[in-house]
Amino acid sequence: MVAVERIVGSYNAWAGNGASQAPDWLKDIRSGAIARFQSLGFPTMKQEAWRFTSVAPIAEGSFELAKHPTRVLTLDDLRQFLLFEAGYRLVFLDGFFQPSLSTPFFDDVQSLGHVLSHRPDLVREHIGKYASTGDQPFSALNTAFVNEGAFVHVPAKATIAEPVQLLFLASGDNPVVTHPRNLVVLEREARASIVETYASLGTGAYWTNSVTEIVVGDGARVDYHRVQRESERAYHVATTQTHQGRDSTVHLHTVAFGASLARHDIGAVMAGPGGTLILNGLYLLAGQQHADHHTTIDHAADHCASHEYFNGVLDEKSRGVFTGRIIVRPGAQKTDSKQTNNNLLLSTDAHADSQPQLEIYADDVKCTHGSTVGPLDPRALFYLRSRGVGEAEARRLLTYGFAAEILGRMDVAPLRAELDRVVRERLGE
Amino acid sequence: MAKGKVLLEVKGLRAAVAGNQILNGVDLAIRDGEVHAIMGPNGSGKSTLAQVLAGHPAYTVLAGTAKYDGKDLLAMKPEERARAGVFLAFQYPVEIRGITNSYFLRSALNALRRERGEPELDPIDFLQFLEQKLKAIGWDDTMMNRPVNEGFSGGEKKRNEILQLAVLEPHLAILDETDSGLDIDALKTVAETVNKLRSPNRAFLIVTHYQRLLNYITPDVVHVLADGRIVKSGGPELAHELEAKGYDWLRDAAMVS
Repeated sequence: MVAVERIVGSYNAWAGNGASQAPDWLKDIRSGAIARFQSLGFPTMKQEAWRFTSVAPIAEGSFELAKHPTRVLTLDDLRQFLLFEAGYRLVFLDGFFQPSLSTPFFDDVQSLGHVLSHRPDLVREHIGKYASTGDQPFSALNTAFVNEGAFVHVPAKATIAEPVQLLFLASGDNPVVTHPRNLVVLEREARASIVETYASLGTGAYWTNSVTEIVVGDGARVDYHRVQRESERAYHVATTQTHQGRDSTVHLHTVAFGASLARHDIGAVMAGPGGTLILNGLYLLAGQQHADHHTTIDHAADHCASHEYFNGVLDEKSRGVFTGRIIVRPGAQKTDSKQTNNNLLLSTDAHADSQPQLEIYADDVKCTHGSTVGPLDPRALFYLRSRGVGEAEARRLLTYGFAAEILGRMDVAPLRAELDRVVRERLGE
Repeated sequence: MAKGKVLLEVKGLRAAVAGNQILNGVDLAIRDGEVHAIMGPNGSGKSTLAQVLAGHPAYTVLAGTAKYDGKDLLAMKPEERARAGVFLAFQYPVEIRGITNSYFLRSALNALRRERGEPELDPIDFLQFLEQKLKAIGWDDTMMNRPVNEGFSGGEKKRNEILQLAVLEPHLAILDETDSGLDIDALKTVAETVNKLRSPNRAFLIVTHYQRLLNYITPDVVHVLADGRIVKSGGPELAHELEAKGYDWLRDAAMVS
């Protein structure tokens, strides 16, 4: 518990200093959350939700709260992580907002810190209402440090034409921790496309602990893309929680390439009838990388459809963990839920764990799930070779297809192209 | 028609899969431009012969030779056979996730073009080339942007095999029960495409369980395979005889011989 006490100590120092000007309601949220973290402590592998993932390297890592970076970034530093220069974007370095590199839009696409001081009412209405802290120590810890991150608000019936880019860069040269906190609110019938990216300028070990809450009003639609390409030595813990109103649509895409240890909890609550959710994820790992995706889709209303696709490509000694929990609440009739998790093992030392968890409390529903773990399909390999494609190329093509299947569902063409490039690079093209 | 040179010569071919010997000494010679049909009851080894000729690694050749265009076919890797002009239309075409039909076809065609020392086709040139091939099987390009065979009906999968045949322009095309599972319209389309592709430079080995396909494609030679060897060969009329009499009389003949 030394690690927990050390973190609580750093919280106390922070709360008493830089964060002391916060409004009382926010201070209450923070102090409640740190107390929650203190009582939960770091998760252990004895807990069901963490049985395949040890967070010991994080707990024992002595990460300091990130300080305001001295480095001044230019647009050139960002270019490799930006998909396009047009549109709204919010850039953060080590968790600190970079106004000179960002293109905010009033209080609607803005740093959370700015909105907290100018329009706290916009934040107060939603923050912490969706991402659970009750049994989630990392989410609780992030909530204790709520201060900065991205805020996107789309008014009723409005559409943001270009995808909004949220870029979280790490210096990657100090063992620091950041707690980015993002809040995305789409009012009734609003529409937006958002790309949230985590990347590093350096190659060192650091820890990112992010929480993103996405609230989607009645009839609204969000295409949300999350790209995790942290440094290979980084630790990445994240929570993404969506909350959907009636007849709303969420397409949530997530790609994990980076970090030595990554854990992503994705929660989706379908709170109103007629909602549609596509949850589309890829993890592409090598070396000793470990990525754990824990998804929970909560069908709380009737006539909702959720289609979940996660593919893992695991090379060398990497390990992918996927848990797909689907809850169909009493009364959530006509639920149409489909889940697939396919894992491709490119080496005999790679390992995948895939666990579907279906909890169905309604009787008129359609729920299917399937998962696979294995090497490349020898039939497909022979099929390609019988067409003249050499064995090495055939292997690469089939592996690429595993990733391309996921990327192909993304609508933002420049993002798809960039991820396609990264995948090909990772596959040795 | 003047007889072409012998393109494929199989002698005494014995092969096994999963420890079971299926082919018990197959002899077969196909000349350039000829269409040979292989018929036979279930389990006679028809598909095994097709797979062995294409180089499926699950099949072990125990004895015999297969000479293709002067080369030792059995010593070649599957991709080398394809590049040398051997094509197998699969009985059960494989689904390939994430790879569009168009991308797959272009990769395959370019692998062959590289082998022949021809420049590779870029996506735009390829689409132009593809357009005429698609017309032949009555498809537009919507099937081209879907992953290979994924969600295709049985008939669509078989047509897709014939499309690949048309695109890759092989020297020796082996059709492994391409007719099974096809309705009559799809069967006619497949047969018409095959007939259009018949040429003095292209031989066909058509493996089929039914005589039906041979109503539309007239073979030069019909072979009957039973218990892993060819027990009878003849002209197109043999197919009709089989349709009328079934296979049992031949199986008995094989047992006797």
